[in-house]
Amino acid sequence: MSARDNILGKLKAAPVTPVIEPDTAAHFARFASTASKLELLKHWAAAMRSVKTEIIWVTESNWADKLAARVTATNLPDLLVSDTPHGTKARAALANSDVTVKVFDRPVDEWKESLFNDVSASLTRCLCGIAQTGTLVLWPDSKEPRTMSLVPPVHFVLFDTQTLYPNFFTAMDAQQWSAGMPTNAVLVSGPSKTADIQLTLAYGAHGPREVIVLACLPEGVNPTLLEDAA
Amino acid sequence: MSQHTVTLYPSRQFKDNARSALGDTELRHSLRTAMDFLMAKRLSAFPDENELETLRTLGETIRQRCLAKLPTLLEQLEAKLTANGIQVHWAETPAEANQIIQGLIDRRNGKLAVKGKSMVSEETELNHHLEAHGVTAVESDMGEYIVQMAGEKPTHIIMPAIHKTKAQIAKLFSENIPDTPYTEDVDELIQIGRKALRHLYMKADVGISGVNFAVAETGTLCLVENEGNGRMCTTVPDMHIAITGIEKVVEKLSDVVPLYSLLTRSAIGQPITTYFNMISSPRKEGELDGPREVHLVLLDNGRSQAYADTQLRKTLQCIRCGACMNHCPVYTRIGGHAYGTTYPGPIGEIISPHLLGLENTSDLPTASSLCGACGEVCPVRIPIPEMLMRLREESQRPANEHVAHPLRGQGAGRTGKESIAWRVWKGVVGKASHYKLFGWTASHLRALTPVNQPGWTQNHVPMKPAAKTLHQLIKEREAKRS
Ligand code: SF4
Repeated sequence: MSARDNILGKLKAAPVTPVIEPDTAAHFARFASTASKLELLKHWAAAMRSVKTEIIWVTESNWADKLAARVTATNLPDLLVSDTPHGTKARAALANSDVTVKVFDRPVDEWKESLFNDVSASLTRCLCGIAQTGTLVLWPDSKEPRTMSLVPPVHFVLFDTQTLYPNFFTAMDAQQWSAGMPTNAVLVSGPSKTADIQLTLAYGAHGPREVIVLACLPEGVNPTLLEDAA
Repeated sequence: MSQHTVTLYPSRQFKDNARSALGDTELRHSLRTAMDFLMAKRLSAFPDENELETLRTLGETIRQRCLAKLPTLLEQLEAKLTANGIQVHWAETPAEANQIIQGLIDRRNGKLAVKGKSMVSEETELNHHLEAHGVTAVESDMGEYIVQMAGEKPTHIIMPAIHKTKAQIAKLFSENIPDTPYTEDVDELIQIGRKALRHLYMKADVGISGVNFAVAETGTLCLVENEGNGRMCTTVPDMHIAITGIEKVVEKLSDVVPLYSLLTRSAIGQPITTYFNMISSPRKEGELDGPREVHLVLLDNGRSQAYADTQLRKTLQCIRCGACMNHCPVYTRIGGHAYGTTYPGPIGEIISPHLLGLENTSDLPTASSLCGACGEVCPVRIPIPEMLMRLREESQRPANEHVAHPLRGQGAGRTGKESIAWRVWKGVVGKASHYKLFGWTASHLRALTPVNQPGWTQNHVPMKPAAKTLHQLIKEREAKRS
C-alpha cells in the first residue's frame, strides 16, 4: 500500500460528520461598505498610504509623462518594462531622457543575475484593486512576467481606478476567478516589510522597497476631490 | 544512505525547561512586551465585535465543512494540481517527506535550497536531513534566518525570533555575515539580511515553501507573507517544492477570503499582509519566468489520528495564526523553546500529542491553567480547553483499556502516585458516608496537617483544612435562620 492509500484509507474510515454549508456571500453582503465609488477610492488610497505606498493620480492621457517625471525626479537610472502597449508607451515617454529602458523580452534564465543586480525599477499593470484593505491584484502573464513586480527595488504599478472593488470577495466573485486561475496571481498591499526584529517595522525586506501606484482616473475627475480626506 | 532521524522527546524535559525559562528575566521581558503588543494589535484589527464573531463562525463552519469532506477534497486537490502540472506526493511520516524532497533535489543535482517559512518542514526537521545529504537549506524569512544562524528553533509560529533582542541579532550578524559591522539599527539589520539573501535566491537550485491554504476547486497553493521571501522562493529558482499538512486543503477559492482575513488580523493585527501569493501551475509554454517544476508534499504525521475522533478532529481546523499563544499566560512566561516541540503554546499542546504520541508529550496538555483565553480568541473557534481536558484524560487512561480510537501513548501520563491519589479521591467522594467521615476527620485532625506538601508548598503556603466543613457551616446558618 502506498502512503497515499494509507492516508486516504484512514481518513475514509473515520466517522462522517454532517456538512454545514456556510454562506460566505451573505456574510460579505451583510458587512459590505455602502460608500460611494469616490469614498471607496479615498479609503483605498488611505489604506495603501498607511503601508508606505506612494500614489500618483494620473489619467489615460498623462500617465506616461507623469511616470517619466517621477523616474527622472528621483534619478532612477533605469526602468524595466514589458513588451506590451503600456510598456511601449512608457518607453516612448522616456526616450529623450537619461533613463535606460529595458524590456523583459527573454526567459529570465538568460539574465537572472542582471535582473537582480542591474535593474532598479519596473513598471507593470494590475488586474484590479481592493478598497477595504488597500490592495492591488497582480495577474502576471507571458508578456508581463512574475519577477517584474518582485525583484526590482522600485515597482511602479499602473492601476485603472475603474476596476476598484469594495473587498477581496467581491473582486474574486465578479471576475469569476474560480473558473480558472493563472500560473500565479498576487495580492499586493504595499512594499515588502517585516517586523521580525523586536517587532520593529522595517520596509524593504526581500521584495520591492518602494511601490508607486499610477492610479488612473477617468478624464474629468479632479484628483483634489480625492485628497481632502485621504 | 543514512537517514536523519527525528528525535523529539520534549515532555521529558518540559518542566525543567519551563523552570529555567522562568528564571530568564531578559526572555520574560521580551515575551511580555511582544505578547502585550500583539494582543493590542489584534484587538484593534477587530473594531466591530459583531463582525468578528460572525466572521469567526464563518471561519469555523468553513473549516469544519472542509474537514468533513477531507478525503474527497484531497483527491480533488490532487487531480486539479496534477492537471495544472503540479506534482503531488504523499508522506505518512516526517522521514518519508524528507526523503521525497531530498530525492527531488538530488534528481537535479541540487546543492542549494532557499526556504520560505514552513512550520511543517520544521516538524520534519528537513534542514538537518538535507544538510546531512549535502544540500544547504537556507531559511529566508528574516526571523527564521536569524534563528537558523543562532542554531536555534523558532520560538513562535508567526514570529520565529521574538525572543531575541536587537543587540543579540546585531552580534549574531556581525559575527556570521562577512564584512558586517555591529549595528543595532533595525533598518540596517534588515538591509544586511536582504543583501545576504538576494544573492542566494539567484543561485538557488530549488525553493522550498509551506502552504497556508491549498484550494481543491482550482488547484491553487496560497501563501501568506509580508517579506516577499516566499515569492522569491516560489518564483526565482527553477524548482519549487511546497510542503504542507493534509488538513490545509480548502474546498473553494472563496473559502480563503474569510480565512485569510481571520488569519492576518488574529496573528498580527494587520488587515491584510503585503502579499497573498496564489500559485496554480509551473511555468507554462511561452512564459518567461517561474519554476519549471512545482511539487506539493502532503504530510500526515499523526493528523489522521486526530481526524479519527470527531472531538479531536477540531484540532485540525487550525489556521496557524498564533493568537492562542499570544494570549496564553503560560506561553507568555516560558516562551516557545520550553515546550520542545515545533508548535508551542496552546495549539502545540493539542496538536503535538498526535504528531509525537502522548508518550513524548504527556506533560503538554497539563501546561495550561485552563483559563480559556486561547479558546476565546481562536479565529476558527477551536475549543482548546476542551481538547486539553480530553488529552489529559487520554494520558491518564490505562494503557490496556479498550477504546474506539486509542491515541498513541494512551496512559503515558499515569504515574503510580497519581493513580493512587485518584483512586482514594474516588473512594472518598463516591459515597456520602465516606465523604462525611473524611470531612469530620480532616477538620478535627487539622493540626496534624504536614507543613511540607510535595508538589504544592514549593510555590504556595501549605493547605490546611478549615475548622468546620462547609456542610457544618451551612447547617449552622440554617439553624440560626430558623
Ligand atoms: S488554535 Fe486557533 S488561535 Fe491557535 S494557532 Fe490555531 S487557529 Fe490560531
